[in-house]
Amino acid sequence: MNNASAAPRRRLTPGALATAAIVAAIYVAVFVSEQFIPPTSMLFTVLKKGATYALVAVSMNLLNGFTGLFSLGQAGFMLIGAYTYAVLTIPVAQRAVVYQYYDGGAIQFALPVLPAILLAGLAAAFFAFLIGLPVLRLKSDYLAIATLGFAEIMRSIFQWDKLGTITNGSNMLRLFPTFNDFNIRNADGEVVVYLSTFIPFLIAGVCIAAIVMLIHSTYGRAFIAIRDDEVAAEAMGINLARHKQLAFCISSFFAGVGGAMLAMYMNSVQAKSFTSAMTYEILLIVVIGGIGSVTGSCISSFLFVACSEWWLRFLDQKQVIGGWEVPLLRNGFRLVVFSIIIMIVVLFFRRGIMGDRELWDLFNEPRHRKAKEGGR
Amino acid sequence: MFQTVLPYLLSGISVGGQYALIAIGYTMVYGILRLINFAHGDVFMVAGILMVYISAAGVPLYVSIPLVLVATAVIGFTIERVAYKPLREAPRMSIMISAIGVSYTLQNLVLYFTGGLNQQYPTIPFISDTVTIFGATTKRVTVLTPVLTIVLVAVLVLLINHTKIGMAMRAVSKDFETSQLMGIKINAVISTTFVIGSVLAGVGSMLYFTNYTTVIQTSGAMPGLKAFVAAVFGGIGSIPGAVVGAFIIGICESLIKGLDIILIKAGITKSMLGLTTFSDAFTFALLIIILVVKPTGLFGEKTTDKV
Repeated sequence: MNNASAAPRRRLTPGALATAAIVAAIYVAVFVSEQFIPPTSMLFTVLKKGATYALVAVSMNLLNGFTGLFSLGQAGFMLIGAYTYAVLTIPVAQRAVVYQYYDGGAIQFALPVLPAILLAGLAAAFFAFLIGLPVLRLKSDYLAIATLGFAEIMRSIFQWDKLGTITNGSNMLRLFPTFNDFNIRNADGEVVVYLSTFIPFLIAGVCIAAIVMLIHSTYGRAFIAIRDDEVAAEAMGINLARHKQLAFCISSFFAGVGGAMLAMYMNSVQAKSFTSAMTYEILLIVVIGGIGSVTGSCISSFLFVACSEWWLRFLDQKQVIGGWEVPLLRNGFRLVVFSIIIMIVVLFFRRGIMGDRELWDLFNEPRHRKAKEGGR
Repeated sequence: MFQTVLPYLLSGISVGGQYALIAIGYTMVYGILRLINFAHGDVFMVAGILMVYISAAGVPLYVSIPLVLVATAVIGFTIERVAYKPLREAPRMSIMISAIGVSYTLQNLVLYFTGGLNQQYPTIPFISDTVTIFGATTKRVTVLTPVLTIVLVAVLVLLINHTKIGMAMRAVSKDFETSQLMGIKINAVISTTFVIGSVLAGVGSMLYFTNYTTVIQTSGAMPGLKAFVAAVFGGIGSIPGAVVGAFIIGICESLIKGLDIILIKAGITKSMLGLTTFSDAFTFALLIIILVVKPTGLFGEKTTDKV
């Protein structure tokens, strides 16, 4: 981490070039495969959900890994984002159906998708600002439990019957634009170009790139300084309260955007699904990827989603190999195996997949090693 | 008026007692390891599930109750040895993440064994009988819980203040390293703490599920969080504080559940406001307020951070 900031500023390191090439290759691969593989394939479910989780995990990593604020409010901010997006984008014609118990609801307009996503992030950031004022004074585990509590409060408020004309009470919001609406159709309604996976990748990619740029800016370095030693950072003239508040709001902004994406992925939103278990899941993704590595969070998001939705599915069904029925396999076994893998990572591979390295560090490695040897 | 409030008050006191039994586990572990044991609520839930399965096997109550308590103690002990002990030297965040991992694992294990279905909790004859107090009908467990809680807490406080292991616990919670230098077997003390906490959670689960009658893999999460809030509210590390906090939270929560009806009966409001939704949120609002106003809680000791 220190090496990266201490190294002389070069415009294009081999690492940066290689990273750009890999990312571009991934995007091309996603775009091409989407045109040729049938859209019902599990691959796309994994990619869509993975992109969403990658964004949320990176936003959590910004707080937990880079600023050292142990916050467990992610599900709450995602909830705000998801609801803001859904409430603002349900087409006016459909509102009477969705808000059937509340006379069509109070809001009678619909925004396009992109402004709604932005507003989703802003709404989450605004709530983060409000809750951050009192809560960010707390340290480590107290902060964790206070933010967890905040998420639970949000969940209750959004289910409150009196707000039903906006939030639809405890009923689900649906019929808003989803990922599938990104597909370009011709006049007959046939899909010409599939974009339903590419666009989520694009949104998540832009957001993650913004976070990476933030981390490498002066602000980002201040965040890292706060993580490493609060007192020393303050002594160096970093305004603790302001920087913590900033990190908290930015992280929540992207969690809100992630929430909006999750809403699009799930096709419906209901407050009761944004439980603390969701936050735990994202935290575990961050840990598996490596606390303090954006690349790690992205990789582990896709691995986590792929394992839980796709690759480990076979554990939930009866399997017969050569006439021998494998014992133990039945509904739920997948999750047991999964949690044991997670515990092994948490206990024995505490640095996760990437530790605190990034993709570009892998290609810049020789330079770092030289620098270390030179220093000795 | 009194007749309207009384049932809610009674159930509040009862729930408060059950939270108190869980909260003690949190507060003792936090006092010694400075760890929020996120898995404690799930240990409580597992105790409930064990009771379901052991009773279903046809074991009589006088065997099954002690058996469940012993099994819960073993689970608590094992969790500490497997998931927390290897991380003793690691940063605090790692242990907390490990605790979250354990909680996830326990929930998934129970999901696997039960198939994710609600399990009917066995009826424990004496305490689930119906009784009438001042005209309010309730189960006997409601009356019994606060009494049992206070007796157990009294025993525990005696244990901590007047026995050798209790003295060791106090020493370890004061200063981890120094007490180690003084020849206290840290691991034995920590294990004892987990065993005590788990047994009390086991007792709590018997009382709690007698009231709520069904157990599912997620039923430990909310009581666990609330008990933790109670522990923070009372001043984490302090056992009487946890108990007082738990009773306050239990009573408030229960009154909010009935607030709509109470307000209508009192003639303050005309219609239902749907305030029941906020019974959980209130607990956490209380937590945030107490953390901001008095972070050490009601009975907590003041600590200073050294650079």
